[in-house]
Amino acid sequence: MYVSESRASTPAVASPAAARGIRRPGRRSAVASTVLALGAVSLITDISSEMVTAVLPLYLVTGLGLSPLGFGLLDGVYNGFSALVRLVGGHLADRGGRHKRVAVLGYGLSALCKPLLLAVHTLPLIGAVLAADRTGKGLRTAPRDALISLSSDPASRGRAFGVHRAMDTTGALLGPLVAFLILRRAAEGYDAVFTVSFCVAAVGVLVLLLFVPARVRQAGAATGSAEPAGGGARPSLRAAVGLLGRRELRGLALCAMALGLATVSDSFVYLMLQRRLGVPDRWFALLPLGTAGAFLLLAVPLGRWADRVGRWRVFVGGHLALLLAYGLLLTHLRAGVLPYAVLALHGTFYAATDGVLMAAAAGSVPAALRSSGLALVQTGQAAARFVCSIAFGAAWTAFGDRSALSGAAVALLVSVLLSVRLRPREGAV
Amino acid sequence: MTDDLATRRDAADDSAPDGPGPQDSAPDDPAPYDSPLARLSPRGRVLVLLAGVVVLALLAGVAVWRAADRADRRNQVQAGGPAVHAGTVSLAAGDSPRIVFRSMAWGPHRDELASVPAADPNGPRTASGVQCLRFYAAGGTGICLQAERGAVNDSYRALVLDARLRTTRHVDLAGIPTRARVSPSGRMVAWTVFVGGDSYAGTNFSTRTSILDTRTGALQPTLEDYALTRDGTRVRAADLNYWGVTFADDTHFYATAATGGHTYLIRGDTATRTAVTLRTNVECPSLSPDGTRIAFKKRVPGLSPDAPWRLYVLDLGTLKDHPTAESRNVDDQAVWRDDGTLSYSLPGDYGSDLFTVPADGTGRPSLLTPSALSPSWLG
Repeated sequence: MYVSESRASTPAVASPAAARGIRRPGRRSAVASTVLALGAVSLITDISSEMVTAVLPLYLVTGLGLSPLGFGLLDGVYNGFSALVRLVGGHLADRGGRHKRVAVLGYGLSALCKPLLLAVHTLPLIGAVLAADRTGKGLRTAPRDALISLSSDPASRGRAFGVHRAMDTTGALLGPLVAFLILRRAAEGYDAVFTVSFCVAAVGVLVLLLFVPARVRQAGAATGSAEPAGGGARPSLRAAVGLLGRRELRGLALCAMALGLATVSDSFVYLMLQRRLGVPDRWFALLPLGTAGAFLLLAVPLGRWADRVGRWRVFVGGHLALLLAYGLLLTHLRAGVLPYAVLALHGTFYAATDGVLMAAAAGSVPAALRSSGLALVQTGQAAARFVCSIAFGAAWTAFGDRSALSGAAVALLVSVLLSVRLRPREGAV
Repeated sequence: MTDDLATRRDAADDSAPDGPGPQDSAPDDPAPYDSPLARLSPRGRVLVLLAGVVVLALLAGVAVWRAADRADRRNQVQAGGPAVHAGTVSLAAGDSPRIVFRSMAWGPHRDELASVPAADPNGPRTASGVQCLRFYAAGGTGICLQAERGAVNDSYRALVLDARLRTTRHVDLAGIPTRARVSPSGRMVAWTVFVGGDSYAGTNFSTRTSILDTRTGALQPTLEDYALTRDGTRVRAADLNYWGVTFADDTHFYATAATGGHTYLIRGDTATRTAVTLRTNVECPSLSPDGTRIAFKKRVPGLSPDAPWRLYVLDLGTLKDHPTAESRNVDDQAVWRDDGTLSYSLPGDYGSDLFTVPADGTGRPSLLTPSALSPSWLG
């Protein structure tokens, strides 16, 4: 169980049951059980989905004998649809406080897609199943993050998100291993991988149904002072759109978007690693594990640090890690440790930004609109990153990889400076 | 821990003076959606979870057991399948005419390189003991792309084989093997692998095509390093992919390049590391022995996206193409048996089957041999 230090005492520690999980009562508070339950759900679900992701190329090429090339299975149009789904999920969850219901819908939809993979054998249909799977992911993300923020003490939200993201990433690392073990026992047993993936996903949904409460009350709401005014806002569509009128949230979303516009997608980072730093071919498939490993190790420490020194500061600072990674990719050095350093910085970037942004945004959104607000920020960031991918690809085509990355580095530096200037009130985040 | 979870939930419900829920009532009143499960005691929840996990674990176990059983059955000789026996396979030029290919027939020699006389393709197969996923041979040199089992993952490697199937060089691969070719003299070898680089996206595939000079040992790791020109302008795209090399001689080759949603037939030069596009919509080219035509898979407009490719032949003199008599979807890099006949694979009951069809568009496709892939016509 995750137990760590918190500066503020919370209603959670007042509960004798919760206190049992505390090593030094009064000094330390347990991470809210709802956060742990959601972390467990994410861990289990990520095992399930990464199992499929890990074997999909092999399944398509050697299992089905297809050539999945020249057209991405999920295209740009779908990216737009996915952003819309996320906003809809966020809004639906806020109406009547149905976070859990929407989350169950999202996790359930993804789970049901796994057995469908057994039934479809052509690229367009497989693409459609994957799209439905992603739709489930889009639906559940904002309500889940809202539940995390609502069930944890505002003073230690960064840590709560850190714990959740660490558990999530653990699942992502375990999934490919499970898939590999199955294929080792049953050569070409892709159907077994999909069936086991479904069973694992179903366990995740079961944990969600059994151990995550339908209605979460704001932990620390008794003190209430850290929350922005407007707790009584009605979760209507108009109110959700009205969130953009809040100066704080708008500033935060704009900064996240500006930084997102300079965040080169993972696949480009790995491609650059290989082209510029000469990572051998056989390690190519393992590069994402390096990022995930650093993310896993640093998510909790950086989340706690964010609680202490300010989430906004850590979020923006995390982009300096990315900037440094760009810098290393651009150097002419050829030291053997360079690829490791780039991956460590890349993982640090995720650990300092992914959950921390949600922790920061939660402070700027009233509880009644939490899910919509978080969805808004996530969508803005995702859309900006998508635009960056397209622009980066075009710049690569026109000027070459080195110039494209130099441009991204300059854009990132400008965005960081802009974000420092636009910094929202430190107390609010 | 479960005690904590449940009690914590109750505590959360208790301290809720300003919650958004419309039906705030007694603290322990579960939300409507939760009703069936929320009324359970902590012990009850754990029991429900355990029961669920047991049922799902059984289902998962049965699935793995059945798949393992099926995998084991593939190692048993299939009744009515081709006869296969261990023996010596030669890639040397000048021996009797034969076909060397990956035999997919069930039994102990599954996936091994095997040979049959060209005159009797359905006769007994001689299996070599060398397992390959993809294979090609010419001029006494073979290229075998194979899987290598590791502790936490499978990896892939390319083996360069001499005429007696001894490995003279091996190269680690970045992804799943798909195409392999050798130049007519046996000096140059090329291969293509699929790379699924981004585990977060999972659906973006790219290819990597490498060329190895077996005489000098020089490896060109990726054709993406070549200077490619299209209509006189240099192409520098991040989404550039190459696949399906076919050699004209030890310096010149044809291949497919793709960028921006289009595929191009390219002609490349291994000495100058340059390539130029010739025309669009040509995938997996295969040059005829006389060097005048290219067999390829064409994405024919109006066909179902499930099965978009047909086997076509392009005349390099006129750059005009014509369909072959094969009306099914062909997703393979065809191999010329001679200047008049093409061989290619189609999905079959035991992996894939090999077919032949006249290259000039006449005649009908005919089954060459079942349970086989990656043929090379030698001798």
